Amino acid sequence: MTDHFNNAFRPGRLAIYGVLILACLVYLVPLFIMLVTSFKTPMDIRTGNLVALPTDWTVIGWTKAWSEACTGVQCNGISGYFWNSFKMTVPAVMISTLLGAFNGYVLAKWKFRGSDLLFGLLLFGCFVPFQVVLLPMAATLGKLGLANTTPGLVLVHVIYGVAFTTLFFRNYYVAIPDALIKAARLDGAGFFTIFFRILLPMSTPIFMVSLIWQFTQIWNDFLFGVVFASGDSQPITVALNNLVNTSTGVKEYNVDMAAAMIAALPTLVVYIVAGKYFIRGLTAGSVKG
Amino acid sequence: MEQIQRRPFRAVSAPSRLLDGLQRWLPKLVVAPTFLLIGVGIYGYMLWTGVLSFTSSSFLPTYDFVGFDQYAKLMANDRWLTASRNLAIFGGMFIAICLLIGVLLAIFLDQRIRQEGAIRTIYLYPMALSMIVTGTVWKWILNPSLGIEKLMRDWGWTSFSFDWLVNSDLAIYTIVMAAVWQASGFVMALFLAGLRGVDSSIIRAARVDGASLPLIYWKIILPTLRPVFFSAVMVLAHIAIKSFDLVMAMTAGGPGYSTDLPAVFMYAHTFTRGQMGLGSASAMLMLGAILALIVPYLYSELREKRHD
Repeated sequence: MTDHFNNAFRPGRLAIYGVLILACLVYLVPLFIMLVTSFKTPMDIRTGNLVALPTDWTVIGWTKAWSEACTGVQCNGISGYFWNSFKMTVPAVMISTLLGAFNGYVLAKWKFRGSDLLFGLLLFGCFVPFQVVLLPMAATLGKLGLANTTPGLVLVHVIYGVAFTTLFFRNYYVAIPDALIKAARLDGAGFFTIFFRILLPMSTPIFMVSLIWQFTQIWNDFLFGVVFASGDSQPITVALNNLVNTSTGVKEYNVDMAAAMIAALPTLVVYIVAGKYFIRGLTAGSVKG
Repeated sequence: MEQIQRRPFRAVSAPSRLLDGLQRWLPKLVVAPTFLLIGVGIYGYMLWTGVLSFTSSSFLPTYDFVGFDQYAKLMANDRWLTASRNLAIFGGMFIAICLLIGVLLAIFLDQRIRQEGAIRTIYLYPMALSMIVTGTVWKWILNPSLGIEKLMRDWGWTSFSFDWLVNSDLAIYTIVMAAVWQASGFVMALFLAGLRGVDSSIIRAARVDGASLPLIYWKIILPTLRPVFFSAVMVLAHIAIKSFDLVMAMTAGGPGYSTDLPAVFMYAHTFTRGQMGLGSASAMLMLGAILALIVPYLYSELREKRHD
């Protein structure tokens, strides 16, 4: 619905562009502030203002954030936590996406008695406020010996991510004609053959959606990280929060902002490189069913 | 349904019967681990938390049942009342402002705008950031002495003061600002997708009848986007009820507990103050709030599906 809006509204169009550009500024300014502050010296921050460019550009904020900044009692920077987040995110994303692909395949193409009910239960699982599972999960992880470990966090993220991934794949596979599956079955193809030879080759887009959605969700998680991890196993979000909200010592805002940039970079890169899949994931996650 | 009952016509020997049986069980076997995980990890734990909310558990779970005592205590707890009131303020404003901004930007972007893709990307990128990062940045921007306040004074407005972040009456509104910044682009994307699905012949007809563009949007287009409104409100309300990270990063619930939200209250009581029973009760009330939203939503979604 675009062709009927011709340029009959000259002053109107100017106003429209004005509003849109103003909005762009509002969305961009915080990122700009984060970036310029991270390259300033503490002195510069005290004397200059929020949006001014640094008088002397310096990467000291970044190096300090990476390897010297104090998160709680330790002062080894956030690099270790950054890698923790990778060690947690990569397996959790892979496992939850694979499980989601198989579940979605079954729920879309191999329905059995009760499979719709199971799907409903899964769907509802996407909405449950996680506060309601935290305590028992903490107790369980303790019993399993997984409390405060990265594998423990991987398990948690797989459990609470698989509802979303299943939803993605199920909705994607439902749109693929059943006739295709039936024909393959008449030719004697089995459960796995059909999946690997027919569905998988056409699944790239939905795999992208699932991988990117899960990556951002798990990388950005704070609640599970703060409840189920401590000390050396904490993810980057928890470390960043500890760094920023520590009450000891002089506040170094350049270090805080550099640390925030470091925590934000992986998901920002993913967003810039594969933005359309990210948006598709967002909208698929909101219009459920 | 019938696709599984259907078997190929061929002579059935013993091993192939075995294989056939396996084939029939395979789908269920494949989904079994997930449903075991979900069954325990979501529904089992939900029940467990529910049980705990009726006990006097403090630092460790105990199972002496005290009925609705914890809920009664919660309702008399000043901090919980503040958290609930904050959720009403935060949730209400967050949803309303996000919708307003989202709808407006979507309509404006729908007017054959140059560089639409780039602009869209800019509006939506905050959604890719973690709430902790967003909170960190906004905490810095709103810093009472170095942030916006200093900027305005440097620019000549020497009496400008902006200390909402540390003002217990106003701090909750700073959380609203950051949350709106993060999520309004997402609402824009939802509505833009909705607008692109509107049949343009209706609009052309209205134009021929002499209706003005704002009137067309108000009277014709927006009403057809009602399902998008529902979805957006659902998702935003869900984000609001679960909000935890943003508050932790920006104010940690302070000053005092003036920016507490139910999720922060639950965390503090369960994991740092050793009041598991009370914490569980608060979690159950959060679940109740979500249920009150979700059930009508899922009901209407599923009903619509059936009408298709």
